[in-house]
Amino acid sequence: MKIDIEQKAARKLASDINSMLSKHTRPVKFMEVCGTHTMAIHSSGIKSLFTRKLLLVSGPGCPVCVTEKLFIDQAIFLGREYGACLVTFGDLIRVPGSEGSLADLRSKGGLVKVVYSPMDAVKIAIDMEPKPVIFLGVGFETTIPTVAATLKAARSRNIRNLFVLPAFKTIHRPLKILASQEELTGFLLPGHVSAIIGSNSYDYLARDYHKPGVVTGFDALDILLAIRSLVDMAINNEARIENNYKTVVKTNGNAFAMALIDEVFEPAKASWRGLGTIPESGLALKAPYDIFDAYRQFEIQVAPTADDARCKCARILTGELTPNQCGLFGTECMPETPVGPCMVSSEGTCAAYYKYGGSFFES
Amino acid sequence: MCLAVPMKLVEFTGDGVGKVDAGGVKADVSLVMAPEAKIGDYLIIHAGFAIEVLDYEEAMTRLDLFRELAEATANEAID
Ligand code: SF4
Repeated sequence: MKIDIEQKAARKLASDINSMLSKHTRPVKFMEVCGTHTMAIHSSGIKSLFTRKLLLVSGPGCPVCVTEKLFIDQAIFLGREYGACLVTFGDLIRVPGSEGSLADLRSKGGLVKVVYSPMDAVKIAIDMEPKPVIFLGVGFETTIPTVAATLKAARSRNIRNLFVLPAFKTIHRPLKILASQEELTGFLLPGHVSAIIGSNSYDYLARDYHKPGVVTGFDALDILLAIRSLVDMAINNEARIENNYKTVVKTNGNAFAMALIDEVFEPAKASWRGLGTIPESGLALKAPYDIFDAYRQFEIQVAPTADDARCKCARILTGELTPNQCGLFGTECMPETPVGPCMVSSEGTCAAYYKYGGSFFES
Repeated sequence: MCLAVPMKLVEFTGDGVGKVDAGGVKADVSLVMAPEAKIGDYLIIHAGFAIEVLDYEEAMTRLDLFRELAEATANEAID
């Protein structure tokens, strides 16, 4: 598509949105649940198109940001005490634990490998046999079936030295908690998580909480289109779940992926940074795959952790505050010297505000 | 939270794996979640797996919609 058409379409959408809002008395506040949307919104400068009547806040959809510090400490313990090779996606390695990060462990000679696909862990386990190889299981529904498929492959190849340290998160339970916040008007729902779980899996938002939601893609135009639908529903006091990303997301999601998840995992409580422990918001390995569970196979002794009390990540992840309201933002806490996970992850809200600036005071 | 990119399926390499291509960058991906994929389809790739086949007709509908929006802007400008 020609740039010219894109620009014109974007201008039209923004003017539609602003003219709808000009007739509406109360401001609207939408939450983007997905970290990739957070980055897309900031990098495209979308926020600068709107007046203060439209607030966009980030939610808990950056997997690294919602991972508890305790998890980092447990991973480091496994690396140090058992000499395990830790396998992870790249985003996690600079997250500060109580005493340093995975990157620090590696610089002191610990084995930490960054992979693109969890499948790479199978090959690493074969190469390193009999040393324990532990995949750090952080991620949402998009990532979870890829780990399930990896464990199925490991099981069929009878690999005995590969484990997963599960800290997976599933989105519906926290969304329900957020949906009960009075001042949130609606949700921009994630694109690729929805490809797995389907656009109809969010029906409860409209039915039980009277909150509209739009599943959307990642181009600026996709996001503007979704915002226009949300504003339209908000000012007419309607609540529906719309699928604005039909190119990829099916109403019922991906049955093959869901079957993989069901075969390997079962719902379990999970601990979210910012939201605390939420029942059925994570996953545990079920038999016969529980032999891969690092929590079951290794005794892990780490002290309880405390987050830096000055870090406002927890309240940023629930849309209550924006990064500029944290006293450390841009001074003590910067991407090179992160204090909290919201600044470490490339999808973190603080990192997005830091990198793209400009719209600091827009919301 | 889950960056995924479209790449074109160019070859079946066996064992439920396919070769995908995006601007000359090739990769092997698992097709276990998209077994219906055909050569020439665009697949959404996340962490070495195709998580969905891109719906061509929907992609075209979307382009038409954006064209209409762009035209509407042009008309508004004349009004
Ligand atoms: S700027 Fe740093 S310290 Fe402040 S909330 Fe964000 S991550 Fe935490």
